[in-house]
Amino acid sequence: MNMTQTLNVPMSTSGSSVKTDSGQLPAGNASTNIKLSASDVRVFYGQAEALHGVSLDIVKNEVMAFIGPSGCGKSTFLRSFNRMNDTVAGARVTGKITVDGRDIYDPSVDVVLLRAQVGMVFQKPNPFPKSIYENVAYGARLHGLAANKSDMDEVVESSLRRAGLWEEVKDRLEAPGTGLSGGQQQRLCIARAVAVSPDVILMDEPCSALDPIATSIIEELITELKKNYTIVIVTHNMQQAARCSDRTTFFHLGDLVEIGDTAQIFTNPQQKRTEDYITGRYG
Amino acid sequence: MNNFTVAIALLMLAALAYQLGLTKGRGVVALAGHRATHSRPGYHGALAILRAAVPAFVVYALWVVFGNQVIHSLVLESIPAEFLPQDSLQQKVMLQRLSNIASGFGVLGDAQPYELAAADVMRQFQGVGETIVTALMATVAALGLFWSWRTTTAETRARNKVERAINVALIACSAVAILTTIGIVMSMLGESLRFFQMVSPTDFFFGTVWNPRFATMGAEGQSGFGMLPLMAGTLMISFIAMLVAVPVGLMTAIYMAEYASSRTRSLVKPVVEVLAGIPTIVYGFFALVTVGPILSSIGAAIGVDIRATSALTAGLVMGIMIIPFISSLSDDILTQVPKTMRDGSLALGGTKSETIIKVVLPAALPGIVGAILLALSRAIGETMIVVLAAGNSPVLTANPFEAVSTVTVSIVNQLTGDQDFASAQSLVAFALGLTLFVMTLILNVIALVIVRKYREQYE
Ligand SMILES: Nc1ncnc2c1ncn2[C@@H]1O[C@H](COP(=O)(O)OP(=O)(O)O)[C@@H](O)[C@H]1O
Ligand SMILES: [Mg+2]
Repeated sequence: MNMTQTLNVPMSTSGSSVKTDSGQLPAGNASTNIKLSASDVRVFYGQAEALHGVSLDIVKNEVMAFIGPSGCGKSTFLRSFNRMNDTVAGARVTGKITVDGRDIYDPSVDVVLLRAQVGMVFQKPNPFPKSIYENVAYGARLHGLAANKSDMDEVVESSLRRAGLWEEVKDRLEAPGTGLSGGQQQRLCIARAVAVSPDVILMDEPCSALDPIATSIIEELITELKKNYTIVIVTHNMQQAARCSDRTTFFHLGDLVEIGDTAQIFTNPQQKRTEDYITGRYG
Repeated sequence: MNNFTVAIALLMLAALAYQLGLTKGRGVVALAGHRATHSRPGYHGALAILRAAVPAFVVYALWVVFGNQVIHSLVLESIPAEFLPQDSLQQKVMLQRLSNIASGFGVLGDAQPYELAAADVMRQFQGVGETIVTALMATVAALGLFWSWRTTTAETRARNKVERAINVALIACSAVAILTTIGIVMSMLGESLRFFQMVSPTDFFFGTVWNPRFATMGAEGQSGFGMLPLMAGTLMISFIAMLVAVPVGLMTAIYMAEYASSRTRSLVKPVVEVLAGIPTIVYGFFALVTVGPILSSIGAAIGVDIRATSALTAGLVMGIMIIPFISSLSDDILTQVPKTMRDGSLALGGTKSETIIKVVLPAALPGIVGAILLALSRAIGETMIVVLAAGNSPVLTANPFEAVSTVTVSIVNQLTGDQDFASAQSLVAFALGLTLFVMTLILNVIALVIVRKYREQYE
C-alpha cells in the first residue's frame, strides 16, 4: 500500500478545475478499502491532452458513476484503468493509477492479467460471433480457469446467473450470441466479463444502446453485482447515475469538476458547472 | 449514311430536344410557379430527349440489325434462277461479292453481267431503304418533340418518368452481361453436344487415356478422349498452388491488417498487389527457366527424381501468382471486422494473437473462404503457367514430381494449328471448356452458400 505517496500528489494542476471535494479520500478513511486510485492522470491523443490531471479514489464494492457532457473524457479516463488506451494508436497516459495499490503502468505489470482483474463492458454490446456458451467460456478458456468440461459448464452457468441471463438462455446455450436481443447481448457481455472473475467491472455507457426495459434490468443487475465487484459506470443518463451509484464524479472538458456522494451531487452540487449540468443547462 | 453522321445527327437532335424541353419547362414554371410545378425544367429536357432522340435511335438500330437481311433476300430474288447457288454458304459468298461490286470496292476476276445487274438492284434497294429510314427517323423525332412540347404542363411527372427510364437503362445493361454469359454457355453446349455425338460421354468423362491427335477421324469407337488424366493434372496443380498460396496469403493478410504500422502497410500492400499484375506468361517462363531447374537440382541433391517441368513446378509458381488474390481480399475482409470485437477480446485479457485466432479470423471466415474459392477457380482456369511449366504430358499419375497436363493446356493444344472444326479433335475443346466452366460455377455456388450460411449465423 502506498497511500501516502498517492496523497502527496497535488490534486489537480489544471487551474480551471476547482474542486471542493478532493477526489482522494483522507488517509484515515479505511485505507485498505481503496480499490482503484488515480493521481494526476493525463491522457494525450497525439499532441492533444484529453484529460487534464485527474485524481480520485474508488472504494471496494462501491458503484462509482462518471457523468459529464459528451467528449469530456469519461471514456478516456475509464479506459486508463484497464489500459485499453494502449490499444488506441497515439494515446499516451501519464500520472499514476493503482489497483489494489499496485501501479498498473509499471513495466512489470502483465496487461493480460490486469484486464482479467479489471473487466470491461462496452457501450455497444459486442458479443463474439460464437455461441452463447462460447462467448462466456472465452475468457475463462484464455486464462485456463477451468480444468475440464464440467468445470467450464459451471463457470458458464454461474456467470450467466450473475448476469441474470441464465433462465433466459439455459435451453439455447449453443445458439449464436449475436442472435439475442440488445439487452440480452449486453448481459451476455457482462457474463463474459464476470467469467474471468474480475474484482472491478468498468462499464462505458452500457445502456445507451438499449430500450428502457432492458436498461432497468441492467440497473437492477448493477445493484446486485455491487456485492461482489467494484463498479465504475459511465453514463449519459443522470437518473441512471442517481438510481444505481453510490458516488458520482462530474467531468467537464477533461477536468474532474466535482466528486461526492450521489445524493449530494444531485441535490446539493457545490460547483456551478455541476449544477448547470444536472439541471440540464448544457448537455 | 454512315454510323458517324447518324451519331452526330442524333446527338444534335438530343441537344435540340433538351433545349426545347428546358424552355418549355421554364415556361411552365414561369406560369405556374415553383411550388405548383412537379418537375424542374431539366427533367422536362431529359424527357424530351427520351421521347424524340431515343425512338429515332431505335429506328436506326432496327435498320442496322435487320435492314441488310431484307435487302439481301430481295437481291437474291432478283437473281435469275440459273445463277443462284442452292447452298446457303455459297449464297453468302455471292452476296459478299455483290456488295463489294455495289460499293465500288472491286472484286477478283471480271464481274458477270448478271452480277452487275444484281449489284445495281442492291444499290437501289440500299438507297431506297436509307431514304425511308431517314424519313422515318425524322418523323418519329418530330412527333416526339411535338408530343413533348404539347403535353408538358405543371403536372407532368417528368422526374418520375426519367427515373423509370434510368431504371430500364440499368436493367438493360446488366442484361447484356447475363445474356453474354448465356450465349457463351449455349455455344459451348452446342459444340459439346456435337462432340458427344462422336465420342460417348462415358469415354470422355471416365476414360483414362488422353491421346486425341492420333485417333483417326470417323473411325468407330474413337478412343483417346479420356479427360481423367487432364482433370487429375488440373486438380493436382491447383492443390499444390493452394498449398502455397493459402498459408502465405493469409499470413500476409494478417500481418498487413493486424500488425503492420500504417506506413509499412502502405508500402507492403502495393508491392504484393504488383504480383497480381504480372502477366502469367512471365510467371510461366520464370517457372520454366528458374524454378524448374532449381527444383530439379534440389531433387538430384536429395536423391529424388524431380522433372524440371512438373506438376510441382507449375503448382509452386501458380501458388505465388495467387498469393496476392488471397492476401489482398483477406486483408480487406480482416480490416472490416469491427474494432469493438477486438476490444471485447482484449478487454478480457486476450493477447493480440489470441484475439486474431479466436475472434477476428472466425468472424472473417466466410469472406476468407470466399476469397480462397475465388483463388481456386483462378487456379483451375490458369493456362499460361501450366502450358510452359507442367510438361504437357497427359498421363494419369499421383506423383507431383512427374510432368502432367491440364484441361486448359489440352484446350490450347486442340485449338492451335490447322484445325478442322468439324472433327472430334477440335470439338473436344468445347467439351473440356464446358467442364471447366461447370467446375468453377460449382465452386462459386459453394462459396456463396458458405458465405450466406455464416452470415445468417453471425449477424
Ligand atoms: N481515439 C482517439 N483519438 C483522438 N482523440 C480522441 C480519441 N478518443 C477520444 N478522443 C478525444 O478525447 C476527448 C474525450 O473523449 P471521450 O473520452 O470519448 O469522451 P466521453 O466518453 O466523455 O464522451 C474528446 O475530445 C475526443 O475527441
Ligand atoms: Mg464515451
